[in-house]
Formats: sequence, C-alpha cells, structure tokens
Amino acid sequence: MSDNFPVPVRPGLFRRLLGLRLVSLGYVVASFGILLAVWWTGALISGVSEALFPTPLGTFRALVEIIADGSLQEHILASMYRFAAGFLSAVLLAVILGLVFGWYGVLFRLVNPVVQLLRPVSPIAWMPFIVLIFGIGDIPAIVIIFIAGFFPVFLSSVAGVRNIPGIYLRVARNFGVGRVEIFWKILFPASFTQIAGGIRLALGTAWVFLVCGEMVGAQSGLGYLIIDARNNLRCDILAADIAVIGLIGLILNSALEYGEHLILRKWGLLGE
Amino acid sequence: MYISISNVNKIYTRKGRPFVALENVSLDIERGEFICLLGPSGCGKSTLLNAIAGFETPSSGRITIDGNLVTRPSRRNVTIFQNYGLLPWRSVLKNVELALESDRSIDRGERARRALHYLELVGLGSFAAASPGTLSGGQQQRVAIARALTADPEIIFMDEPLGALDALTRMKLQDDILRIQRSERKTVIFVTHDIEEAVYLADRVVVMTPNPGMVKSVLKVELGPSRDRTSADFVRLKERIFAIFNMKETYPIEYTI
Repeated sequence: MSDNFPVPVRPGLFRRLLGLRLVSLGYVVASFGILLAVWWTGALISGVSEALFPTPLGTFRALVEIIADGSLQEHILASMYRFAAGFLSAVLLAVILGLVFGWYGVLFRLVNPVVQLLRPVSPIAWMPFIVLIFGIGDIPAIVIIFIAGFFPVFLSSVAGVRNIPGIYLRVARNFGVGRVEIFWKILFPASFTQIAGGIRLALGTAWVFLVCGEMVGAQSGLGYLIIDARNNLRCDILAADIAVIGLIGLILNSALEYGEHLILRKWGLLGE
Repeated sequence: MYISISNVNKIYTRKGRPFVALENVSLDIERGEFICLLGPSGCGKSTLLNAIAGFETPSSGRITIDGNLVTRPSRRNVTIFQNYGLLPWRSVLKNVELALESDRSIDRGERARRALHYLELVGLGSFAAASPGTLSGGQQQRVAIARALTADPEIIFMDEPLGALDALTRMKLQDDILRIQRSERKTVIFVTHDIEEAVYLADRVVVMTPNPGMVKSVLKVELGPSRDRTSADFVRLKERIFAIFNMKETYPIEYTI
C-alpha cells in the first residue's frame, strides 16, 4: 500500500498557490517593497501632476473606490466569464484535435503548413473581422482568447502524442485496446506532461489578449476599464486596474500549476 | 506442431544497406514448452520473438500458431518487455486490469478480482493501490508478469525480462517464472543473452549467432524440473554452449617425456 512509502514533505499551500516555492516570503515582501519605493519616489520627484502619475496611495484609494461602488467586481466577473468561455473551449478543442492529428500523422502533415502560417498572426489582427461579424459584446473577447489559447495547446498535444514511448503503444496493441479507447487510456495520459506545458503557455498568452480584446470590442471587463479610465482621465483607476489584472493573472497561473502538479503526482509522471 | 516457424528471413534496410536480421530460421515448438532464444546482441533473437508475437512480419517464410498464420499481435499471446511496459498513470491493480479491459463479457468486479488473484500469485497483493513508479525493478517486472497471466494467454513472450535486474533478484524471479509456468501450463518463449539463465530455465535452448542472424543449434536440456546451477551436468551443458560460441578454448595437451 502507499502507506508504506514515505510521503515527501510538501511546502505549504499558500506558497504553492503563489508559485513561490523556491523563494522565501522575505524576498516577496522585499521585491514589492522596492517596487513601491521606486514608484512613490518617481511620482514625487518627477514633477508630473498626480492626476497623470498616481502614487501608490492614490492608486490604493482608487482601488477602494471601485470596489466600494461595485464596478470592479462587475468588470472582473465579465472578464472571467469571457476568459473561461474562450480559454476552456480552446483547450478542449485543441487537446482533442491535437491528439487526433498527432495520432494520425498524415492529418497533421496536411494541416501543419497552414497552422504555421496562421500561428504568427496576432489574434488582434482578426479583430476587425470579428467585430464586423459578431458586433460589440462578449463574443470578440472570447474569440480573441480562443485564438490566443488554441495554437500552443494544439501544437503541444500533437508533439506530446508523437513523443509517446513506443512501449506504451505496443502494450496497448498487445492487450487489444480499441481505436477509440486508446485516446483516453494511453494517448492523453502519456502525453499529459507536454499538453500541460502547452496549457500553461496558453493561459499566460490568453490572459494578455483578454485585455486587448476587451479594449476594442467590449463595454465591460478589465480591458474595457482601462479605456474607460483613460477617457475619464482617471489614471489612478488605470493603475489600480493594471494591478488587479496582474494579480489575477498570477493567481490563475499559480492555480493552474498547482492543479497540474496534483495530476502529475497522481499519475506518477513527476520526474524522479 | 503448435508453433511452426519455417524458412523465415528478415531483411532490414540500415543506412541504405540491406541488413540480414534473420536467415532461413526454422523451428518447431510444442504446447507448454519453455524455449530460450539465446545469443549475443545482433543475432536476431528479439527479431524472431517479435515475428512470432506478430509485431513484425518476416520478409519471407511462414510462422503459424495452432495452424493460423501470424499477421499481427493477438490477445491470446502476451509479451513481457525488459523495461516492464507498465503505465505510470495507473495503479498497480489498474495496470493488471488492463489485460481484461477489452473483454466486454467481464464486469468490473470480476476484473478486479482476477487481477488481484494474479497479483497475489506474484506476491504483490499488498501493493495493489501503489503507483508502479514506487516499486523496485523486480517488483515492476512481477506486476508485468501478473498482467500477462491475467490475460490468460496461451503463449508468453519474454524479451530479456530480467536484463535490468541485479543478480540476486534475477535468480529469485527465474524461480518464480519457472514455478508459475509449470502451475499455469503456459508456453514460454524467453529471449536472453545469459547462458546460465537459458540452461536454468529452458526445456530447449535455441542457440543463435549473428551476421547473419541464424539458428546455430538447438539443445534439449534434460536436467529435470529442479535444477542445481552447480551440478556437473549443468556445468557441462553450459560449457557445451560456450563452445558453440567459441568462447571456450580447447587446449591440446602435449606430453613430453
């Protein structure tokens, strides 16, 4: 039984969630301390009006203000909904297609040239098309996130399947694992490490493009709040929004890494 | 004859040149026999095993099992590999259960029950919930053996299954394999490059030599079921095989008075 084996000591949940396993809390505090000091000094000695270059204190006040009137929560909710819709559908479709195209190599060779042509195109370039076709609202941001998230996951799934050690496939053949079953019994778990790497990459990219998508095509969300703050010359709200976007991105990334770690450990795929 | 191999050739193309992996191999194997394919690397022993198991097709010649031409791997025959072939994302029990998953007539409970039975047979019943990665090499190979037995195959192919294990673990597993082969009455085809291992396990040792890969001779091992590695007969048989490989020099003794 697994009880017979020593369980390695794990770092605390808090540190794992912040993705700071290798860094002590002291460095975190020091790092943000330096940021605040440089920012504050800059704001004071630059001579730029506080309306254009907010201090940390002014930013904090703006943050309290948009929390108190409930607008921040609404924007976060709108953004998270779009992000979840775009990112999850991209991951789901990209993993399924990646496994199929990786397994049937002919298919991949057939689509790869087109994929390589489309991949370097910034998702933002599609924006005019998307807005003209779907109009302003949730859809443009969702589509942008979908495009941003799709390619890294698709390509890593294809690569993951193609790198599966041959012995797993021979075992599957030997025990008569079916054509369809092999996808979830062998191909997905055996290529999971690479797929997870692609998903992590996609998450970062997709979060970046959420803001872009909402700046152009939406009437709510954290990206829209940037445009709104600029139009109202509320640079303190702008700075508060940037801090919130950064913080949520960090939390999403850490949560994903933590989830990935749990699955890898459960599946015995962690390196020795 | 149960397994019949007649005039099998296998030619690969290696760096643009043809490479003869097997030349004109013929061999008949009876049901329930323990056969060792013995030879140095490059003698084609693994190629022959893969051809009988259906993973590779011969360039020419025929292999039949029970009268049927071998064209692809069958669930009736199971292969055990040197690096175990366990799926790390499944528990030990689930790895063993894989052997029965493609059989729709067996429900979950029955599947787990049979898998556990064979895990206990190889002495690993208490490791059912463990992850394969936490087991030693010898334990992992036992799991692979349990998985093979669970499929209730007619033939078990073993491709240097003990090659990665230390000498003592190896001897222990040799005894286990013999015990299980006799109690379960399986036909076993076992690839090895270890002369002592072949003599200890086999009913017949098929001695193969490289360049091109061919069967040099087939030796019947008539040492009975419990073999003593240090007995005179055992050592003599080993020496005969050494001689076949030209690894034992014969010194002509000269007398001068």
